[in-house]
Amino acid sequence: MDVLMLSRLQFAAATFFHFLFVPLTLGLSILIAIMETIYVRTGDEEYKNMARFWGKIFLINFAIGVVTGITLEFQFGTNWSRYSRYVGDIFGSLLAIEATVAFFLESTFIAVWALGWKRLSPKAHAATIWLVAIASNVSAFWILIANAWMQHPVGYTIRNGRAELTDFTAIVTQSFALHEIVHTLGAAYILTAFFMMGISAYHLLRKQHVAFFTRSFRMAVTFGLIFAVVEVVQGHMHGAEVARVQPAKLAAMEALWDTTAQAPQHLFLIPDEKNETNLAVFGTIPGALSMLAYHDPEATVKGLKDFPPEERPPVTLPFAAFRIMISLGFLFLFLTAYGWIRRNRLMESPRYLKLMLFAIPLPYLAIQAGWALAEVGRQPWVVYGVMKTADAVSKLSPSQVWASFLGFIVVYTLLGIAAFTLIVSTARKGPETHPATAQ
Amino acid sequence: MLESIWFVLWGVLWAIYFMLDGFDLGLGALMPVLARGENDRRTIYRAMGPFWDGNEVWLITAGGVTFAAFPVAYAVMFSGLYSALMLVLFALIFRGIALEYRSHLASERWRKTWDTCLTVGSFAAALLLGVAFANIFKGIPIDGEGVFQGSLLTLLNFYGIFGGVLFVLMFTVHGSLWLTLKSDGELHARAARLAEKLWIALAVAAVGFLVATWYATRLYDNYLKEPMLFAVPIVLIPVITIAALAFIRVGIVKRRYWRAWFASSVFIVGVTLFGVAGLYPNLLPSSLDPAFSVNVHNASSSPLTLRIMLVVALVFVPVVLAYQTWAYRLFKSRLEDGESLHDEAY
Repeated sequence: MDVLMLSRLQFAAATFFHFLFVPLTLGLSILIAIMETIYVRTGDEEYKNMARFWGKIFLINFAIGVVTGITLEFQFGTNWSRYSRYVGDIFGSLLAIEATVAFFLESTFIAVWALGWKRLSPKAHAATIWLVAIASNVSAFWILIANAWMQHPVGYTIRNGRAELTDFTAIVTQSFALHEIVHTLGAAYILTAFFMMGISAYHLLRKQHVAFFTRSFRMAVTFGLIFAVVEVVQGHMHGAEVARVQPAKLAAMEALWDTTAQAPQHLFLIPDEKNETNLAVFGTIPGALSMLAYHDPEATVKGLKDFPPEERPPVTLPFAAFRIMISLGFLFLFLTAYGWIRRNRLMESPRYLKLMLFAIPLPYLAIQAGWALAEVGRQPWVVYGVMKTADAVSKLSPSQVWASFLGFIVVYTLLGIAAFTLIVSTARKGPETHPATAQ
Repeated sequence: MLESIWFVLWGVLWAIYFMLDGFDLGLGALMPVLARGENDRRTIYRAMGPFWDGNEVWLITAGGVTFAAFPVAYAVMFSGLYSALMLVLFALIFRGIALEYRSHLASERWRKTWDTCLTVGSFAAALLLGVAFANIFKGIPIDGEGVFQGSLLTLLNFYGIFGGVLFVLMFTVHGSLWLTLKSDGELHARAARLAEKLWIALAVAAVGFLVATWYATRLYDNYLKEPMLFAVPIVLIPVITIAALAFIRVGIVKRRYWRAWFASSVFIVGVTLFGVAGLYPNLLPSSLDPAFSVNVHNASSSPLTLRIMLVVALVFVPVVLAYQTWAYRLFKSRLEDGESLHDEAY
């Protein structure tokens, strides 16, 4: 493998791993803040215990998010130095703003929250977790603005042999970025809800800490249902946005080879990239793709053959990833809606609880599929229409990158095992049983 | 002008990072020397627990600012120092996770493993950061394209390793002084004695490094070239730095450990700024040909980006400093000996 492929795999491994841990912290920080606020308002110790229990799991995830985030930032310099030179004027400033505005706040106050139970008044303590929740989500906001700029670059001009900033406001307020932010945060909140419901289901099935986990489950199912609805509605608009700014990605994720009016969607097919055609097509819905892309069943959608071969993304992976993502998205809507209806009779629904326990991995899968679609579907570009991935990579020796790539695999596998062990053991143990120690 | 302002800010951010993360890197590396039992180890973890994460964000910000203000320097520095940087990152990962995960399971094997990660990771990060910065002071073999013409071994030259040793000594003095502030009893006494001994090694290394710098680098050129221009602000840096080194000693001998720790902070900032001021206008001097050097003029971002970033920095960095100071004050008290056993998090 060459340096380009190795660097891509390394970056993919590092981002996927990072984003196994970050989404839960985005949602959990908000839910913990709500729990602690209820505790401060009502004085009900149960909510304080909830904040502490879910807080432990939050901290385990947060730690991995921090240390793996650092490697992501530095990889732009190590492996993608030509990218950094070419777009650093814009992309670099967004990352620097993220660190200065949000990440400091998050990292400082998470420690105050975790270790400051005895040092702060309940109100001040609740305020610190709100700061953490706000900062983590603002942090995601800036990172997604940066990614959206790679997907749909605006507010720049090519000058002095690089992309230079001309309009900062355009970058921060472009609609593609806002879609990406809503979509990603929504997905993170759904993941959080499913995690909380799954762990709660585990304890409810064992009839332990019933009141505690019934409250947790109800809170999560409401949170999850809201964002499952948001995600499906916004996801539809998101598709139209992709059609507008990244037509090649749209064609790839639908495996549409020929430019077609009244373009259909297919539930299943096997793309044959070599012969530029599809095999085993079934479940065809006429006009559905035209409808998704342009809100008009008659509209013409541009096929892959009308893009120059050197500007076409891979087809199989985006196609499969898109289907995994949307089918799971609808499943989440169904599961949360059902759970919300039965939220007062949870103990009488053991089969549903069991299902929810095993559903924990599904939003993780959906999120990773979504990012695979977003990033692989953007290929061969690193910045859509501006810079190709092949032109972005550093001039390194393959042996160096092999060594670091293997290093990443080993280090991240060990980290993954440690984190997984800790999350499972903490979740299984449940909340502290004697409230005296929680004072 | 804007580029030069950003050069100063760039140096200051790295200096703050070394000053803050320096004590927890140093203390992590010293753990096996200082701790005699589980109680000591917990106290050491708790002395760093509330601070390390906020400290490390200064590294992320220093990196981010290099990227934003000097993208070419960011690209050349990090791709050039590829293997060294990867090792630093892995070291920081292990020690960071050690700080957060160790206490969660009561198993002895689990705790011992993380203790090793903390010590090795902290030591390796301190050493490699020193090696990297000494090599930057000295100049690295970058060609006209900004491509690094060397390997990891190129960096392990005499001056580079000397820089690594200096950083380890700086950070371990800083870390043991921090522990004198956070502990009492036997552990406190041990930390104080160790700081006293390490200070001698540090003083010898610092003087030796200044001499080696004369031969290995061009850092003194700026100080000699335009004495009038540089007279007031720049010459003060070495003077204050050397005074700070002496004040660490005074603080230790008089058992005024807060003063000693502050002097040590000033010393670390001084050493960093001494090097950075000597580099100007270069960010990364090329050892192949001065014409290939990456400097503030050929590496900086557009004036618009620099202006926007300046506003962000001037508004938010003081805010960050304010709430981090607040957080430091909140956790500044000495840790009681028996308290470690009952503490909720460690």
